[in-house]
Amino acid sequence: MKSLLPITASDASMVSCHSCSLLFLNKGIHRLNMANMKCHRCGAILHERKQNSLNRTVALLVAAFIFYIPANVLPVMTVTSFGREQADTIMSGVIHLVVTGMWPPAIVVFIASIIVPVMKLLILTFLVISVKKKSNWRPLERTYLYRMTEISGRWSMIDIFVITILIALVDMGSMATVEAESGALFFAAVVIITMFAAMSFDPRLIWDGAGKNAEPRGIIEENLYPLEKE
Amino acid sequence: MSHIIACHECDMLHKVKHIERGAARCLRCSAVLYESKKNSINRASALTLTALILFIPANLFPFLSLTIEGQENRTTLLTGIKALYLQGMPELAFLVFLTVIAVPLFQITGLLYIFTALRFKVLPSFPVLFRYILCTRTWGMMEIFFLGILVSVVKLAGMAKIIPGPALYSFFLLIFAVTAAFASIDDRSVWERFDLK
Repeated sequence: MKSLLPITASDASMVSCHSCSLLFLNKGIHRLNMANMKCHRCGAILHERKQNSLNRTVALLVAAFIFYIPANVLPVMTVTSFGREQADTIMSGVIHLVVTGMWPPAIVVFIASIIVPVMKLLILTFLVISVKKKSNWRPLERTYLYRMTEISGRWSMIDIFVITILIALVDMGSMATVEAESGALFFAAVVIITMFAAMSFDPRLIWDGAGKNAEPRGIIEENLYPLEKE
Repeated sequence: MSHIIACHECDMLHKVKHIERGAARCLRCSAVLYESKKNSINRASALTLTALILFIPANLFPFLSLTIEGQENRTTLLTGIKALYLQGMPELAFLVFLTVIAVPLFQITGLLYIFTALRFKVLPSFPVLFRYILCTRTWGMMEIFFLGILVSVVKLAGMAKIIPGPALYSFFLLIFAVTAAFASIDDRSVWERFDLK
């Protein structure tokens, strides 16, 4: 009879290539020299867990938190129309859309530029703390949170693209011009840095500390079953 | 050991079994382990060829034109990048160039090379290339740029007359082709071909 206890690659002294999923045995005479071992199939450097994952994620998060302030305080663009200048920050851009009654883009920009970056910073901070404290709290839900930040992060770039399009399109000399301002630079930095932070976080660390909560819950599908644990 | 696979999100080991359709998910964290893809190589090579063809008009022709009091201004993808550069923001210009033009072009040409080679039963000589394409996937942001175009159109709709250009339609189809091409890739079976070498 098969036991349903989960067994991980690391339990079995195996290392999985993060790029092509080839498994390597890392035991006895097959012991890998982990310092510069490369996958012989795809050439990626092998490591059991992403290297220095927590420290890298923390460093990037601190940088993102610092840049987050000028990104939201400084204007991202200035619209000059018939001599009248109007500087917009990320937030005032959204408010402007709401005031003029343009709800659909207002909602899109609000979610992509305000909700997503804040949630990403908070979720990643929470995940790092929970892994540092070796928490066994709801590993599945924490993995879902990680997946959400990884997928949604790139959509914050929409504001940068809108600015790019507007400055090119609204270039009418004395009638109307749009200029990019330094806030846009900080905002782009926050988006890129948090994308790197999400990339450097290793979700397997959540499961390493999950203890008894790490057992699979779902019904075992026909196509998959765990290996027998000796 | 290709009959065993470790979940890339929680490290749990699974036996690999042939599946007719759908995706095999991790028992513990429900990450997708592998998927069954029909006709993967034909689809991927056809779709990337389509994407490469569409890439040309999408970049050469104007995607929007704006008219205020008889004065018309047309923009292509490159005008925006050039404008950022001229306004003293070379970093942003580089970022937009990378995410909307360079990375997608690299992915399209790379995939076209790999899948045309596989289509004619030749093993592509650079497995590294396939790895780079897969790991730069999140950095190709054409679909986000397209949403950006729509937001800009709505923003300007009140103050000026806006006419969509031919590049807008090519761009829209290009996003479909690239997304479908990526969705049709069966990375597991591609890697297994390199195994047999």
